[in-house]
Amino acid sequence: MSLLLQNIRIAYGKKEILSGINLDPIKPGSLVALLGQNGAGKSTFVKGLAGLKSYQGTASLDDIELANMDQHQRLKNIGYVPQSLPQGSSLLAYEVVKSAAASLIDKASQDDRIEDVFQRLKIAHLALLPMHKLSGGQRQMVSLAQAIVRKPKLYLLDEPTSALDLNWQMQVLKAIREEVDQQGSTALLISHDINLALRYCDQVVLLNQGKVLANGTALDCLTPENLAQAYKVDARIERCSKGHPIILVDSAL
Amino acid sequence: MSKLSKNNGSLANQYRQYMSTRLILLTLLAVGITLSLLYDLSEGPSSLSYGDLIKGLWSPESLPIAQQVIIWDIRLPYALMAVLVGASLGLAGAEMQTALNNPLASPFTLGVGSAATFGASLAIVFDFSSIGISQTYLLPIFAFFFACLTSFIILGVANSLGGSIQSVLLFGIALMFGLNAMVGVIQFVADEGQLQQIVFWTMGSLARADLEKAIIVAVVFTLCLLISLRHSWSMTLLRSGEEQAQSMGINVKKLRVTTLVRVSLVTAVALAFVGEIGFIGLVAPHIARMIIGESHRFFLLGSTLCGALLLSLASIVSKGVIPGLVLPIGMITALVGIPFFIALIYQHQKRNPS
Repeated sequence: MSLLLQNIRIAYGKKEILSGINLDPIKPGSLVALLGQNGAGKSTFVKGLAGLKSYQGTASLDDIELANMDQHQRLKNIGYVPQSLPQGSSLLAYEVVKSAAASLIDKASQDDRIEDVFQRLKIAHLALLPMHKLSGGQRQMVSLAQAIVRKPKLYLLDEPTSALDLNWQMQVLKAIREEVDQQGSTALLISHDINLALRYCDQVVLLNQGKVLANGTALDCLTPENLAQAYKVDARIERCSKGHPIILVDSAL
Repeated sequence: MSKLSKNNGSLANQYRQYMSTRLILLTLLAVGITLSLLYDLSEGPSSLSYGDLIKGLWSPESLPIAQQVIIWDIRLPYALMAVLVGASLGLAGAEMQTALNNPLASPFTLGVGSAATFGASLAIVFDFSSIGISQTYLLPIFAFFFACLTSFIILGVANSLGGSIQSVLLFGIALMFGLNAMVGVIQFVADEGQLQQIVFWTMGSLARADLEKAIIVAVVFTLCLLISLRHSWSMTLLRSGEEQAQSMGINVKKLRVTTLVRVSLVTAVALAFVGEIGFIGLVAPHIARMIIGESHRFFLLGSTLCGALLLSLASIVSKGVIPGLVLPIGMITALVGIPFFIALIYQHQKRNPS
């Protein structure tokens, strides 16, 4: 029962973006940070798993190949939160979440489940507002709610905190962490915020030019050498006065 | 928890209240259409009292033959056609805007209407009677074929341009000019009778409506509406975000293509008998979105009803502007629609300055 990713290749036309991603099986209950500089292939990787790009190789969740999942299986198992969200819709936030839950959760428990997600993400006050009245960050929260409401086995989160302020970033990561722990789901989280990843993720996958540069615990992966290679910075991980590991960037290389 | 949700109970209850408001609005629109239809029936050069009208509709034999003809052969097809064509265009516009993710899309603004005109003109000028199909059916078939073709060209362009709203619109307008020019060429080779038919087409008029044509429009519209409503869930998900919808297993490409085929069909059949009537397909979805929201179960019905009401009202206006003369209804919708269209472009540009 795990996420298996072997030799994943994705190309745009002739240009190969991912050239063979191999990872050890990812256990349920893992929150994995996908790190790497812009253009390293993080979003492409996640899009491939979400069904937006075709991939070669094996990507299976509990022995079901992601590419072969039917609509119901996708709806049930995959919670994808993309980087960019549409602006103009007049759908209510409640409807965005409800539409995803509608065919999945039986009527009796649907209302409670939706209510619970809105309350937990602290966005109940937005529920009856149309999406076009929400800010970028608020839309991101609704999009996350649309994923969480389905209790998917696999979360694919493409910078879900990019439009959020510090408080909301912590709230969102806390909510994802809780969800992963309680439901035993697996989450791949793309982020440029290494401190958030250090704080909440069990595992780090550092991508560089379409390949895995390092894979393992954050402290093992984010060595000065790897950071220099992946991000072109002179940086180090140290512990703050409260004992949390944080990244300190000394200079760009 | 917000104040609102504390006061009114759970979110589900609040949403239910919101939905009942929508249902009331939809009912009001339906009532509005009924009233407008009755008023439209009562309007005309020869005076008919409401009493006679209802009597004539209920038991035609009780009225003199002249009045029967006025009600059943002239006014009823005319008024019904306004409602049906309006409903068809309202539905087509709503679906097109969702499928192309473009608030300025409509069969008219993207040239699908012009393509239908082009197809119909071909059917009028070139004699296809040897196929053995009467012109009542040939016109919509030709109109549909070209409308479909144009829809796919637009879809292809939208995909290759990354769906930029302005570029797709500009392309649609270019297409419209091109098609209009080709209609011009056809007009040039047409004889007098054919020319008159084509001109009638390009102006948009209900004058040639009859009950058989109204029934054809009604059947196609009802079928398309039922299929649309079956897809309303997927379309709502599509509106919540294309990438999310795709990750949830919605085949977005297929959804777009089937939707555009439906849009082309409903547009072509509606316009085949009345000619080009613009802007209803653009305006109706916007009004529906404002008052009903965009959950497609309600939105599609709302836009349909708005379209029907708008065109029925336009039909009344077309009879009332110059006493004794019925203006082509396409002129009325264009005169009202163009300022609305400009306002939409202005608003859109203000919201997304780029």
